[in-house]
Amino acid sequence: MIPELGHFALVLALALGLVQAIGPLAGAHYRDAALMRMADSTALMQFVFVALSFAALTVCYVTSDFSVANVYENSHSTMPLIYKYTSVWGNHEGSMLLWVLILALFGAAVAAFGGNLPATLKANVLAVQSWIACAFYVFILLTSNPFLRIAEAPLEGRDLNPILQDIGLAIHPPLLYLGYVGFSISFSFAVAALIEGRIDAAWARWVRPWTLAAWMFLTVGISMGSYWAYYELGWGGFWFWDPVENSSLMPWLAGTALLHSAVVMEKRNALKIWTVLLAILAFSLSLLGTFLVRSGVLTSVHTFATDPSRGVFILAILVFFIGGALALFAWRAPLLKQGGLFAPVSREGALVFNNLFLTTACLTVFVGTLYPLALESVTGEKISVGPPFFNLTFAPLFIPLLFAMPFGPLLAWKRGDVLGVAERLMAAFAVGIVAIAVTFVIKGGQSVLAPFGIGLGVYVIGGALIDLVERTGLFRLPLATVRSRAAGLPRSVWGTAVAHIGIAMSLIGIVAQVWADERIVSLKPQETVSIAGYTLSFDRLTQRTGSNFREQVAKFTVRNSGGTVVGTMDPSKRTFPARATTTTEASLLTRGTSQLYLSLGDANDDGSIAVRLYHKPLVLLIWLGSVVMMLGGGLSLSDRRLRVGAPKPAKKAATKPALQPAE
Amino acid sequence: MTLWFVFALMTAAAMFAVLWPLSRRGPDDGGSDVAVYRDQLDEIGRDRAAGLIGVAEAEAAYVEVSRRLIAAADAAETAMAGRIEPPVWRRRAAVVVAFLLLPAGATALYLTIGSPQLPGERLASRERVAQNSSIANLVTQAEAHLERNPGDARGYEVLAPIYLRMGRFADAANARRRILAISGETAERQTDLGEALTAANNGIVTDEAKAAFERALVLDAEDVRARFFTGIAAEQDGQRDRAAAIWRGMLEKAPPGAPWIQTIQQSMARIGVTPPVAATPPVAAAPGPSADDVKASAEMSEADRDQMIRGMVARLADRLKENSDDIEGWQRLLRAYMVMGERDKATAAAADARRAFASDPDKLRRIDGAIKSMGIDG
Repeated sequence: MIPELGHFALVLALALGLVQAIGPLAGAHYRDAALMRMADSTALMQFVFVALSFAALTVCYVTSDFSVANVYENSHSTMPLIYKYTSVWGNHEGSMLLWVLILALFGAAVAAFGGNLPATLKANVLAVQSWIACAFYVFILLTSNPFLRIAEAPLEGRDLNPILQDIGLAIHPPLLYLGYVGFSISFSFAVAALIEGRIDAAWARWVRPWTLAAWMFLTVGISMGSYWAYYELGWGGFWFWDPVENSSLMPWLAGTALLHSAVVMEKRNALKIWTVLLAILAFSLSLLGTFLVRSGVLTSVHTFATDPSRGVFILAILVFFIGGALALFAWRAPLLKQGGLFAPVSREGALVFNNLFLTTACLTVFVGTLYPLALESVTGEKISVGPPFFNLTFAPLFIPLLFAMPFGPLLAWKRGDVLGVAERLMAAFAVGIVAIAVTFVIKGGQSVLAPFGIGLGVYVIGGALIDLVERTGLFRLPLATVRSRAAGLPRSVWGTAVAHIGIAMSLIGIVAQVWADERIVSLKPQETVSIAGYTLSFDRLTQRTGSNFREQVAKFTVRNSGGTVVGTMDPSKRTFPARATTTTEASLLTRGTSQLYLSLGDANDDGSIAVRLYHKPLVLLIWLGSVVMMLGGGLSLSDRRLRVGAPKPAKKAATKPALQPAE
Repeated sequence: MTLWFVFALMTAAAMFAVLWPLSRRGPDDGGSDVAVYRDQLDEIGRDRAAGLIGVAEAEAAYVEVSRRLIAAADAAETAMAGRIEPPVWRRRAAVVVAFLLLPAGATALYLTIGSPQLPGERLASRERVAQNSSIANLVTQAEAHLERNPGDARGYEVLAPIYLRMGRFADAANARRRILAISGETAERQTDLGEALTAANNGIVTDEAKAAFERALVLDAEDVRARFFTGIAAEQDGQRDRAAAIWRGMLEKAPPGAPWIQTIQQSMARIGVTPPVAATPPVAAAPGPSADDVKASAEMSEADRDQMIRGMVARLADRLKENSDDIEGWQRLLRAYMVMGERDKATAAAADARRAFASDPDKLRRIDGAIKSMGIDG
């Protein structure tokens, strides 16, 4: 009964979705309050039904109900309980269900917390959101239905892809989807505003918290995916410029630009075209990513199933929504009146600079991802656009962007003084140069460019701190005053500084990988290998049996240069009989933010075993940086001005530097 | 019945979500942009009071935001003035949708794609009832048992012949390997492995299989099956003389009345060593039948055996006409036709099989692979 309940709930969600897609739209057009109000109740109920459907599928997985084809194909009765939960979305059908669950969640959140939105805007936003939802309900029900049944239930399932049997599957996809799909709400706001023909500063304020929330989740989602790949794939890389990764990076770049544009629009009623286009673009790129991953155009870990009919279906969805939104934009563009004017050197100018670089970076990723695919489909020639392309195009775009980053928050609105800002950033320049020098002294000339990268990161952190120091008056004013100014500072100012520090941390972590060490050796028990001042001795090889796998575990003891034991490492190779596959489980030993990374290769006949050993200096900063970025986003989101539904925002101080001309 | 009752409750909840907002009266009560601009003005005031911005800048910003505020207030007033009471027919239309289209549409769609007649079957309940005692499920249970007790050689010995019969030759070979690893080697176990490997390769004695037979002969030079298969291997390598020599040697030492003599004689006839007898399938080399089957068929007269095999094949063909979804069955049938030398029938059966799986690309791919590997496509 449970699977059929889930199935029917999904069908009802579609039915309600259709009502919500049409009723409120008509209501907003004719200003019929009752029809507009319908958006709230249907959005909430739609979420209830999708949640019910998702819960039903989860119950089927947890109880190993193999009469559901999807469960049979992707689950095994002996899997540990946590993977029975995660395998719900560890496959195409289930992950699409998670997709619509989050789509409905954002719709319901707008219905529940969007009390400060004008009724017409809210009705239109929810109607557009429901158009998207309906397209995906139909897609799921007709081509990717997770509730299809098997008349005679098999006794055992075919198991989840062993690479996915990891805690990473519990974290990465839900976060990533919250981000990916979260941009749907920015898209819906943009389309709703275009339908109404009213796009102004107030709109930007309303859309910003939703964009911010999606951006936070996407940031951490991408980064957790990267960490997962780092420890699961067994060769220590954290970003592969894989098309699937790229298709999550593109919405992030567009979304980051959107976030910054929306600030300008809110404050100065300017950059309207940028903001609306970026809102459409961010979600379009999410859809494109979904299409690339699901259509079978790409083959990777993420390709659960390839089925041309699905590809064509998603392509149709893609064309309808992107094409429709852009056509609407072209029609309404004349309504976008130019807002506040500003000089090229100003906060607005700095954010335009930021947008230009982020979108160009996004474009290079787009080209690097799609060009090989296009070439292959036209000429049949297979080329691979790998890291060299991205290192030559993406990195040079980010260097000026990062260099200019500390200037932005320090520049005044309308008309800025770039020399004055540079003067105030002197301390940051100085710290950056010291960092370059120190790095050169410690690491020598191994890499000429890397110390500059470290210097850039330190400078960005310094710049963010200077911004805070200036605004709070630290070192200038009495401590009590500083404290009260710090408390009075809008959280979004703190958020900006924290997020910028986060990206600098990631930068330092990435650059430091130039100094990573690698050893690939064949070891017999009792032999040792040394790396970066650590000595690892191979103690023994043992067998262990897990619930649905057998593994070969190698035990290592790690000593530092003084001979003191600092830890043990136990990398393993797991064999999953149900799928006859083997996975490599790397073992990580964290020292500060650096890591030792050990993974097993093949065993040789003479009793030795091949091991790959890496020392990765400061590697954890890459992911800690993204968590810090999310905290920054969270601070900004908690800004009382942005709290959705707050009847009277209490406080807002300057988001502009003191002693500078403002608005 | 419970199912439909719950469905009805759910549908009622959905209808309620559409109808409830229609039942309430009153104008829209959302926020407005006027409030946003008021906030912005307040902010500027606070910033100025705190000394965060200068008087002149505050003044300029105040003017800019005030302009937006006035425009927004004007627009709101125009909108209010132009408002008319919405006509009732729209709400009525919405009520009709809620009462008729929503439940009807949802039910119609569900009935086309859902399976309301199938109960949910959680694993626990199915294990208790154990109603699914088909061979496949028994095998699955045995596999689960072996997964927990990988050292149980007896379990593998039970499973290996069943695998052979089910056509899961690779699994049979793996089981034989496990037995060798657990219980140590004997000539018989090596021969069993070789036989499974041969079956897994459509009757071709591969290097690995040959190694197993040779190892068996080291352990027991008189192992009949191993000697027979080394002969087959020699035949397949094109060394007919060697094959003939091996088999002739076997016949010479054969105890009178040994059931396998006839098989050997037929094999020799096939390679043209003794005067040819009527063409018969090389039973022993055909994949599928276990050693027992071979023995049983070897005890029959040649005509009987031929008849028996043809009968089995015909039954299989009939069964596949009725239940064309059995991919292993099709593979067995095709292999049988090829072994019997009936290439025309094999080609026809291959076409039938392709038709049967036309709608299932996965199985179609598998059957295509099987057809190609047997060389039916020519």
